[in-house]
Amino acid sequence: MTEPVLQVSDLTVRFNTDAGTVPAVNGVSFTLARGETLAMVGESGSGKSVTSLAIMRLTPPPPASTVQGRVVLRGNDGTPRELLALPEPAMRQMRGSRIAMIFQEPMTSLNPVLPIGEQVAEPIRYHRNAGRTAALAEAERLLELVGIPEPRKRLASYPHQLSGGMRQRAMVAIALACDPDVLIADEPTTALDVTVQAQILELLKSLQARTGMAMLFITHNLGVVAEIADRVMVMYAGRVVEQAPLRRLFGTPLMPYTRGLLQSVPTLAARHAALAAIPGNVPDPSNLPAGCAFTPRCPHARPHICDAALPALDAAEAEHLVRCARWREIAA
Amino acid sequence: MTPASASTELPLPSREGAGGGGTQTGGSPPVSRRRAGRGVRRFIRHRLALIGFATIVVLALAAALGPYLDPFNDLHIDILHRFAPPFSGPHLLGTDQLGRDMLARLEMAGRVSLTVGCAAMVLSTIAGTVIGVLAGYYGGAVGAALMRFVDAMLCFPSIFLLLALAAFVQPSLLSITVIIAATGWMEVARLVEAQIRSLRDRDFAVAALALGAPDRTIMFRELIPNAIAPIVVASTLNVARAILLESYISFLGYGIQPPVPSWGNMLNNAQEYLTTAPWLAILPGAAITLAVTGFNFLGDGLRDALDPRLDVR
Amino acid sequence: MADTEPILAVEELRIHFALPRRLPLGPRETVKAVDGVSFSMRPGEVLGLVGESGSGKTTVGRAVLRLIPATGGTIRFRGGDITHLSRRALRPIRPHMQLVFQDPFASLNPRMTIGRIVAAPLLIHRPQLGRNERRRQVTAALDMVGLSPGMANRYPHEFSGGQRQRVGIARALILRPELLVADEPVSALDVSIQAQVVNLLRELRAELRLSILFIAHDLAVIGNISDRVAVMYLGRLVELAPTDALFRTPRHPYTEALLSAVPEPDPDRPRRRIVLTGDPPSAIHPPSGCRFRTRCRYAQPACEAAVPPLREVSAGHFSACRRDDLLLQGAV
Repeated sequence: MTEPVLQVSDLTVRFNTDAGTVPAVNGVSFTLARGETLAMVGESGSGKSVTSLAIMRLTPPPPASTVQGRVVLRGNDGTPRELLALPEPAMRQMRGSRIAMIFQEPMTSLNPVLPIGEQVAEPIRYHRNAGRTAALAEAERLLELVGIPEPRKRLASYPHQLSGGMRQRAMVAIALACDPDVLIADEPTTALDVTVQAQILELLKSLQARTGMAMLFITHNLGVVAEIADRVMVMYAGRVVEQAPLRRLFGTPLMPYTRGLLQSVPTLAARHAALAAIPGNVPDPSNLPAGCAFTPRCPHARPHICDAALPALDAAEAEHLVRCARWREIAA
Repeated sequence: MTPASASTELPLPSREGAGGGGTQTGGSPPVSRRRAGRGVRRFIRHRLALIGFATIVVLALAAALGPYLDPFNDLHIDILHRFAPPFSGPHLLGTDQLGRDMLARLEMAGRVSLTVGCAAMVLSTIAGTVIGVLAGYYGGAVGAALMRFVDAMLCFPSIFLLLALAAFVQPSLLSITVIIAATGWMEVARLVEAQIRSLRDRDFAVAALALGAPDRTIMFRELIPNAIAPIVVASTLNVARAILLESYISFLGYGIQPPVPSWGNMLNNAQEYLTTAPWLAILPGAAITLAVTGFNFLGDGLRDALDPRLDVR
Repeated sequence: MADTEPILAVEELRIHFALPRRLPLGPRETVKAVDGVSFSMRPGEVLGLVGESGSGKTTVGRAVLRLIPATGGTIRFRGGDITHLSRRALRPIRPHMQLVFQDPFASLNPRMTIGRIVAAPLLIHRPQLGRNERRRQVTAALDMVGLSPGMANRYPHEFSGGQRQRVGIARALILRPELLVADEPVSALDVSIQAQVVNLLRELRAELRLSILFIAHDLAVIGNISDRVAVMYLGRLVELAPTDALFRTPRHPYTEALLSAVPEPDPDRPRRRIVLTGDPPSAIHPPSGCRFRTRCRYAQPACEAAVPPLREVSAGHFSACRRDDLLLQGAV
């Protein structure tokens, strides 16, 4: 079996704020194989965005945050690199070339005073040492690749002159400029109209098929997950609570939170039915209950079992991990 | 490229309270106390602000209570002991050219200067806030007209405006206060106008409109309470400014008239004796400096403590 | 008021915004945000208004409540023409028509307690009420939305998004309006909380015989709660039908594209995706005739000539497509 292109082990991120230490991510581990898409699903406070920032080493520097764990990236050349241990200049070499990221809000992620041609050319110039003309030519090719019409004209356009969908495509072009091994997409379609979202998802899928890059796709939308993921990882209160291949997760979700989520999402097919909502609120990361964080909201919670100690991540099957003390009883 | 999505902001501990089913989570103190605590803590960390605050408290207490505790009356003239230097005899800070006790005079003058400073601040804050909120809320022609008026007033250098006004008006405590306020309200108006203009389109203001609330309710009960932070900071700095202005015009002879002492007119008296009795100038000068710097530091500290980033979301 | 009389009747509503002139004395361009929208609502009905950004749906919602002045057309509420009423004349009408906002964080005054926020409508419209009676009504309103009365003394920032949204609903409903305009009420909430709020609105609609104009971009949510659905595109209504009919047998190509673009949380759902190309055209210079023709795969030359009217193609089902012969794909 080939080595995974990204391997995250026991990643922990703590924020040190005025009000104390907030554990945003707690012992998260996963692997990402070449060409695969892993979806990270969670709501606010789940730690999904912080995980991706930590992988990119973009969390606020200490003492504001502390990051522990191991993140190993195996590039095309096969050499493993421990990202969290790299000195900053070496990490900068990685960012944008071997591992790239696209964000939710293209308007604030793109520089409003630079034309997009310059912004797409920037990683090419920085990482591949290309001259301006060569870089811009490559930028034009990339803009065409991501489906922006009239790419040569668009090289000179500013972000505010483009629509939301176009801006997001430009972001994808920037991310892909140096042919990264891993693309982290943090809610890239959440702010887009549903028809534009469909376009961007198609684009990402086709680009991934072409380049063979792995994708870590962060979202809260289960429909998008069904569209694009090979494997799914569900996060709650900073921990992985379930991890499975796509059809397994949707077909036989084992963790009550996953089940609750799936049941509470309205679908086009099931109209007019009252939704089976999960009661209660998403937990406050600085104020987590003892034991399993989902206990206050779980219909299957049992005192002294669920709130006593944090359940370990069990392997229900090969490839299907679940963090629930009672998953066997619940499944039966 | 910067990571900018809202979900990456530091998670603020801002969730507390019963869920939909009424169950309590956790047992930590209510968040509003925690949040106020954070503001106080930040203020405390700003040491200069603490020093400024302490200085003002000391000056205010001295001015208010000092004259009751002094061995000497500020009006008591003692020609035999005039020009006594500080720390040389029974007069702690020496005496002036008429033998009056400097400490007592400083304290009485402090009452005047501090009162004029604070009163002028209150007046200019009220005037500036009202004009600012009217301009910011109504916008359009009304707003433009008001703000142009503000701009016009800002064009006058305050000193000249002060002197011009003082020349026409009989100088008294009240008139000086009003005149100083008249030169200080413009900054507040600008600040408030900018704040209100941006707050007016926020959803909660639109909600008030949708409820049919009258304009004055929206302006004064919904919008202004959300603009308090910059107003407080500007007002604090305004006190410093007012004290300084009062000193200027009193020093120039157009402000508080003797025999009412103020730090400014004490400086005026001290001019002739700079070489022979420098403490006559240094002492009121130091008092002015302490007061002005104290308020400035306090304003800086308040600005940090009331950081609007922590107010909404 | 007779039961059959519509509670809201909008006719040929037009809302144009004038843009600042580029040159002094030059021509003034207008954004035709809403350009001839007509629909009516029965008492107790939930009408879903769906569209993407630039469709004008939010503008319609605000205009119906007279928060935005109408450039043309009429708005009739409970039989009376309110299109040009002065603010003073509108005041007694306001308690009967209220608004719930999208952003639960921005729609509550951060400096007021929850109790004060919910009491605001009482203070404005029922000033004669004593303090105890007011408190009683506030408690009842909070209880109606599932919040405990102890929360009345706390501030918005102490609550989660879902709870704040409930407060907004309590505020809107405390005077028992007949019409509630819900402007994207769940879009800013976590997935597991969205279901709670949608269920709450459904319950309240039954309990209070409320008519709801439910504005959203999420078709699945709209489908879950609405009796009828109206689809907007670039300032115009393109389709209006009972929910089931719209989802099963859409009669407008844009509706078809929208339905197929919605990602469903079902990995095995057959995907016959119709991906719209390009971006929506400008609302300042919209295409002549049918505005959707530039992206429509069924467009014909005749579509350019004249604006297709919204016509009844089957019982209660209106479509603004001139073609009768299309067999469009619905949501399975």
